[in-house]
Amino acid sequence: MGTPQPLDVAQLRRLRLAKDIMDRDWAQPLDVDAVAARAGYSRYHFIRCFREAYGETPGRYLSRRRIERAQDLLRSANLTVTEICMMVGFSSLGSFCTRFKQQVGMTPAQFRARARRDGPAPIPGCFVLLWAGGFRKD
Amino acid sequence: MITGVGVTTVWVLDQDRAKEFFVGKLGMELRDDVTMGEGGMRWLTVGAKDQPDLMLTLMVPGPPAQDPESAEQLKALLAKGVLGAAVFTTTDCEGDYRELKERGVTFLQEPQRRPYGVEAIFRDDFGNWYSLTQRFAEPDESTAWN
Repeated sequence: MGTPQPLDVAQLRRLRLAKDIMDRDWAQPLDVDAVAARAGYSRYHFIRCFREAYGETPGRYLSRRRIERAQDLLRSANLTVTEICMMVGFSSLGSFCTRFKQQVGMTPAQFRARARRDGPAPIPGCFVLLWAGGFRKD
Repeated sequence: MITGVGVTTVWVLDQDRAKEFFVGKLGMELRDDVTMGEGGMRWLTVGAKDQPDLMLTLMVPGPPAQDPESAEQLKALLAKGVLGAAVFTTTDCEGDYRELKERGVTFLQEPQRRPYGVEAIFRDDFGNWYSLTQRFAEPDESTAWN
């Protein structure tokens, strides 16, 4: 394999539109194949280019955004963990809880108990969104 | 003594399309559209009707402000969608969300309740993201937000 060509502005724009689909429609039964298809990419090419641009695979990005939405709901919504798991687009409670714990460092139930005990943190959500949409090394 | 912010730059990829977006879609006021000399810099600014002392200058990355390599890097960052350009304020986030969406503005987040207000997130046609925030008079402390 040779050195990959850097992504040009038109490719980056397409990848951004694909990323925006995940940011907007995370609650729908969306998977990487569907996002790749809507963005006009083959699955393989999409995963490779997305990772090159944003530093993580689209599947990981989508699940990270879903966990983050679940955190929002756990803070404020009067729903069970199972309901929230389904609402944010996970189909299995087991994989939701595992992924949640990996990302947040505690189970959804522990997170909710803690969030409702502590005081508010007025960090603008837009900055949380950008921060959460940024890069991760793990 | 600094008395305020008067002009801030928003990087765009095309000034005609930027004018159409900010004036045509967002409904902002056109303040200046002047080209300095033949083929010279185009000074294109917009602002909110109720805020005469602040304007956004819509600039395309490139010389003489940047060398070609820096301009390309800036364009790539814009296209990737990682640059946030402004927080717009409104008295009716829900209403503006519906109206702007109707006009073809791309929203990443529908209006959501935050400690400081109701907030939606949208993008311009080039990749910059913006907040549209209706601030509460007092922070909402009814929910723990962290």
